[in-house]
Amino acid sequence: MTRRSPIPNDLDKPFLDACNEDRLIVQYCSACDQFQFPPEASCNGCDSADNFAWREVSGRGTIYSYGVVYDTPIASLHEDLPFNAVVIDIDDCPGINMMTYLPGTPVDEVPIGAQVDVIFVPTAATGQKVPEWQVIR
Amino acid sequence: MMRLQENPGVWEHRGKVAVTGIGHSPTSRRWDGDPEHSVGGWTIVAIKKALDDAGVAPEEVDGLVISDSTTTGAFWPADKPLPEDFVARFEQTGDPMDGFGKLSVEWILKNMPELKNVKYVMTVPMCISFVMAAAFQAVGDGKTGTCVAVKGWHNFEGRYGAGGANSLPTDAGGGKFGAFSLVGSPVYPTAMQFQRYFHKYGGTHEMLAPFIVNSRANGLLMPEGFFAQHRPEPLTAEDYNTARWIAKPANLLDNDMPIQAAAAYVISTAERAQDMAQKPVYVLGHAGSGRTMGDMILPVKWRGSVESLEQAEACAAANARKIYESAAITASDLSFENTYDGFCMFHVFHLEGLGYAGLKRGEALEFFKTDISRDGPNPVSPSGGNIGSGRTRWWGFTDTIQQIQGRAGARQIKKPAEIAITGGMMPFSSIFSVLSATPG
Repeated sequence: MTRRSPIPNDLDKPFLDACNEDRLIVQYCSACDQFQFPPEASCNGCDSADNFAWREVSGRGTIYSYGVVYDTPIASLHEDLPFNAVVIDIDDCPGINMMTYLPGTPVDEVPIGAQVDVIFVPTAATGQKVPEWQVIR
Repeated sequence: MMRLQENPGVWEHRGKVAVTGIGHSPTSRRWDGDPEHSVGGWTIVAIKKALDDAGVAPEEVDGLVISDSTTTGAFWPADKPLPEDFVARFEQTGDPMDGFGKLSVEWILKNMPELKNVKYVMTVPMCISFVMAAAFQAVGDGKTGTCVAVKGWHNFEGRYGAGGANSLPTDAGGGKFGAFSLVGSPVYPTAMQFQRYFHKYGGTHEMLAPFIVNSRANGLLMPEGFFAQHRPEPLTAEDYNTARWIAKPANLLDNDMPIQAAAAYVISTAERAQDMAQKPVYVLGHAGSGRTMGDMILPVKWRGSVESLEQAEACAAANARKIYESAAITASDLSFENTYDGFCMFHVFHLEGLGYAGLKRGEALEFFKTDISRDGPNPVSPSGGNIGSGRTRWWGFTDTIQQIQGRAGARQIKKPAEIAITGGMMPFSSIFSVLSATPG
């Protein structure tokens, strides 16, 4: 997949820097005892940043659902159509899901409920690594 | 003003606000280059028709509620001059795109000087459902006694979302970890939720076909709609089942089609409506889901990259609790429903959330095998919705009003049209309204 290279901003730079070190980190609010992703300036639960910190998680997850994408306005993805776009429930982070193209799984053969593990893949334009997930065989 | 909180209570103006007049412009797939057919030009047409329909003189109007956003997703190129004939045809405001690629109260009042007694104005983001609720509330609060609510859509050439940031090999946007950035197809999140729906409850994409076919059939009986005007061919289940995938399990016909059009409605106190040319349709309540930030109405916040099926279902259920409480009705009071359908799968969430016809979660696809037509016991989307008449989000309002007034023509449902729900959009960002033949 020719995934676009994310350009870090103040909010997501810690997350993307960790990806470059092959680590998955997620924001966590100790007051609300809940994780949050994508990165935000404050907790969605209490609207405060006082108890907000990054936590490293294993990256293991479970396939929640998926769609098979046949049409997209994103130019860099055109040559890969059709492709899987899969939502992963992150095991260590109840309520948090993330998206992957599920490399290694044929189009439209996505096993909902299967266990997956995170890998970190460099993107073409800048080399910035991003998390992807693969089915644990 | 927007009743988005849990336990909203019975609407304080229940039965004291009414809708009477309806006005529609013609429709077109895209703007055809004629200044008269610009979104501003067609908004003027719609307002005039609505006032004529209600028997209201322009100088009697003292309120105007609009949505300033008119784009279907298509934008006029920044380096392309505006057409000279458009600039010459209409009075301009300080914003050169006004009346062409957006719409302001100032533009309308400059180009409709006959609306000379408008004292209350309000601009509402995005959707006709929000515009109507704001107008209902403004009339109920006594800020305006005879109000016009209006919404226009422009649809220029080009595919929406193509070009711009989506043409770059990098992604500097704020949503870079979500579906819009990694997939791009707007229908993807709903399609993904529906894949989960099939996994959880069983069923197949083909089981949506009776709903789509019914909606298009109803739309073809909506003279104001795009398909009735331009493509009056019935849609078959085979057409639906063989349409190309966009984001499987959503195909082309699960997506509503952007069009150019405008619509307006006359909303007044129930007392004032008694003297109008059309039968008053009473507003029993409005409520929905979302959050406000300044002038914006934003979706419910959720944790994670993509809203899950369970979150959509929870929001749909919350919408039902709030709107039923607001209108002081129950599901069994509904004669019919005209909730949002673009993407079509939203309609399943709304039907199940509302418990329409006794539905529970996971039952809508089997329900679509029953008689959901306008002649049956449980009419589903007699307006045809966006599926039946193109993306405007207002067909549900037009049909609900016309059904209750008894002037829906060939679409008139067989059972008495007494109380119905309409509005939308998606479960996590919506305002629904309950309209009634009586004040309650």
